[in-house]
Amino acid sequence: MTGAAHTAGRIQVRVQSDPFDVGHETARLLGLEDGTGGISSFMGIVRGGNGLVALELEHYPGMCEDALTVLAEEAFSRFALIGCTVIHRVGRLLVGEPIVLVLAAAAHRAAALDATHFLIDRLKTGAPFWKAEEFTDGQRLWVESRSEDEAAAAGW
Amino acid sequence: MSGTATILYFAALRERIGRGSETVPLTADVSTVGDLLAERRRQDETLEDVFAQPGRVRVAVNRVLGDLSTPVHAGDEVAFFPPMTGG
Repeated sequence: MTGAAHTAGRIQVRVQSDPFDVGHETARLLGLEDGTGGISSFMGIVRGGNGLVALELEHYPGMCEDALTVLAEEAFSRFALIGCTVIHRVGRLLVGEPIVLVLAAAAHRAAALDATHFLIDRLKTGAPFWKAEEFTDGQRLWVESRSEDEAAAAGW
Repeated sequence: MSGTATILYFAALRERIGRGSETVPLTADVSTVGDLLAERRRQDETLEDVFAQPGRVRVAVNRVLGDLSTPVHAGDEVAFFPPMTGG
């Protein structure tokens, strides 16, 4: 069995340079089913400080979307979701700009919140994205993977 | 074994190597990712330098994560990249 049939229209995964519209994405999940009791969301933002100006996000086209879809399908069945959405931006993003959006719709809050937490933890180390940091002094550094992130992903 | 494989490099590896992709012939000696990498390192000084540096490298074959023992066949897409840092 594949996830495709029973999740058609219920799982949305996108990798894009454009901004996303949280209201629009939430409304799309709201329209799926009367049985929805809650929609949980997480939005990741480019965090300033230490002279950071921007992040440059690179991805592996194709593999990245596949990996996010596998994660979303796992969340969908594991937490009995009604729908979920994962949108990840790529390219150069300034401090304060949204990077990633995870939405999970479920009958009850625990499932929606847990699924959101699962998705954001797992996608940090499980989908082929890489970040380079750009600083005010012109320095540019690739972000190293953090052991805390790997531990958080493994915790699920 | 004959034919070619496409090798992709991403992020810091791509920048250090100076290119994002290359198409290489698959010789009879190459049956795994480890064989392919060893052969490329022997053939190309830049690759030898970059892969000799400490740091973890991940590999995917045909867009599925693998390791040095993953088989490589003609027409495959083999990607090398640093640990992923999304989110």
